[in-house]
Amino acid sequence: MENKDKSYFQGIADGMKTLATGLKITLKEYFTPKSTEQYPENRKTTLHVSKRHRGRLVFKRVTEQDLADSKIQARGLQLGDYKCTACTMCEKSCPNDTIKITSHMEENPETGRKKKVLDDYQYDLGDCMFCQLCVNACNFDAIEFTNDFENAVFDRSKLVLHLDKEVYKGGSLPNLIDGGAPLEIGKFNTKTK
Amino acid sequence: MFDFSIVTKWFDALLTQTLGLSSFWSILIECVVVGVLILTAYALIAIALIFMERKVCAYFQCRLGPMRVGPWGIFQVFADVVKMLIKEIFTVDKADKLLYCIAPFLVIVASVGTFSFLPWNKGAHILDFNVGVFMITAISSIGVLGVFLAGWGSNNKYSVISAMRGAVMMISYEMSLGLCLISSVVVTGTMQVSGIVEAQNSAWLIFQNPFVWIAFLIFLISGNAEANRGPFDLAEAESELTAGYHTEYSGMGFGFYYLAEYLNLFVISGIAATVFLGGWMPLHISGLDSFNNVMDLIPGVVWFFGKAFFVVWLLMWVKWTYPRLRIDQILKLEWKYLMPLMLLVLVLITTFEALV
Repeated sequence: MENKDKSYFQGIADGMKTLATGLKITLKEYFTPKSTEQYPENRKTTLHVSKRHRGRLVFKRVTEQDLADSKIQARGLQLGDYKCTACTMCEKSCPNDTIKITSHMEENPETGRKKKVLDDYQYDLGDCMFCQLCVNACNFDAIEFTNDFENAVFDRSKLVLHLDKEVYKGGSLPNLIDGGAPLEIGKFNTKTK
Repeated sequence: MFDFSIVTKWFDALLTQTLGLSSFWSILIECVVVGVLILTAYALIAIALIFMERKVCAYFQCRLGPMRVGPWGIFQVFADVVKMLIKEIFTVDKADKLLYCIAPFLVIVASVGTFSFLPWNKGAHILDFNVGVFMITAISSIGVLGVFLAGWGSNNKYSVISAMRGAVMMISYEMSLGLCLISSVVVTGTMQVSGIVEAQNSAWLIFQNPFVWIAFLIFLISGNAEANRGPFDLAEAESELTAGYHTEYSGMGFGFYYLAEYLNLFVISGIAATVFLGGWMPLHISGLDSFNNVMDLIPGVVWFFGKAFFVVWLLMWVKWTYPRLRIDQILKLEWKYLMPLMLLVLVLITTFEALV
């Protein structure tokens, strides 16, 4: 705790010092370039949304690079397949019960081995709190968050998404997935065209 | 240096000699013209100040402020004014109707009254008495009455609390405000506003006497309190008292308070600029005649507005930096710190003037 019984003049001196500190901080802030985005004017031109921004959950699809991976090859995945194994680690890690996975066991007729097959990967965007625990829990690099943030709809049921049924190619702003326009701080980015 | 009295004398001669009007009619016409000019300037400066407040506040808070209405949001305030003008005016049941209706006008009268004392340029002052400074403090006190009556008349407990706070604070801070003005009178040796400006011909007041700096700072602090702004805005503490003494006012009733609040800010800044920073007097350094001549080329009205708006900016900086004070802290600051300090500074200034 601070010493409360300062003398009159010591109190004045300390007060002046703290007041000057406050003024210094706000003065610095006054001249700091502002990073405000002029959304929606610039939504198709200079809008920048950081790539790491968590807008919604999507399935990652197998890419050319993934095909070189031995684990992917062992699972026999093709280009464009999802990587989910229905292990339900994400479902269990979710604090809000946002994810519901339904699956069934299927026996391979040649080897006789049983394997879990994903029927439905239901993700309720309306329940999600974007904590990223599901992405961290996934052992197969199957899900990720994208920065597609324009998710407003008129009906809550439309927020219930089935990630395995869709092939995500970007949301309402297709150029945004990589972050959109480069981040320009301190410029009035109001260009609409 | 352009002397604006050429224009006023020409206009007076036009009315009395060219048109041959009697002194009654010429004075009446002149009064109307000056009144219209004051009120127009009052409204325009209020609009400029409200826009400036929004932008400056935004920049202090890492925002851009209004950007949508017009380029860089410059028409935002006009939209607000139109909105306020078309709003319905209603009165509160069980309110003291007379006081309720008078109060906004008292505030506006006080604000316009002090506003008329500001010297705009050489020869362009509207009111210029030999007791000018004294008159400024007297007229600005009417504003307290408006605040108090508004709180009392609107029959609302929050308004009364706010009005009590506002009255206590404004009456207290008038003390050190007056002492600051007295210190300038001590240095310049006159109470007339134009005389105070003329006395700063060689150097602005803050450069004439080192202790005037302290008086200037105290003037800014107590002026901020007088204008009900900054950390001293507890009379309209939104978080506790809805809107304070003007809670029950709508439309232009509220508009008058809003206008007066910003104009009081400008008036305080204008007086500070006049008394301590030389008003329309350009920056003169004795001995550097060529420099002084160059400075004289800039019109006085530019100097006045530059200084006044600089002080306005300083006050906004303070307002958007500090949190609101409690009523006991505000009174403690005035009666235990500012007032004794100002008395001491007054003695120091007088001693310095006597010795140097």
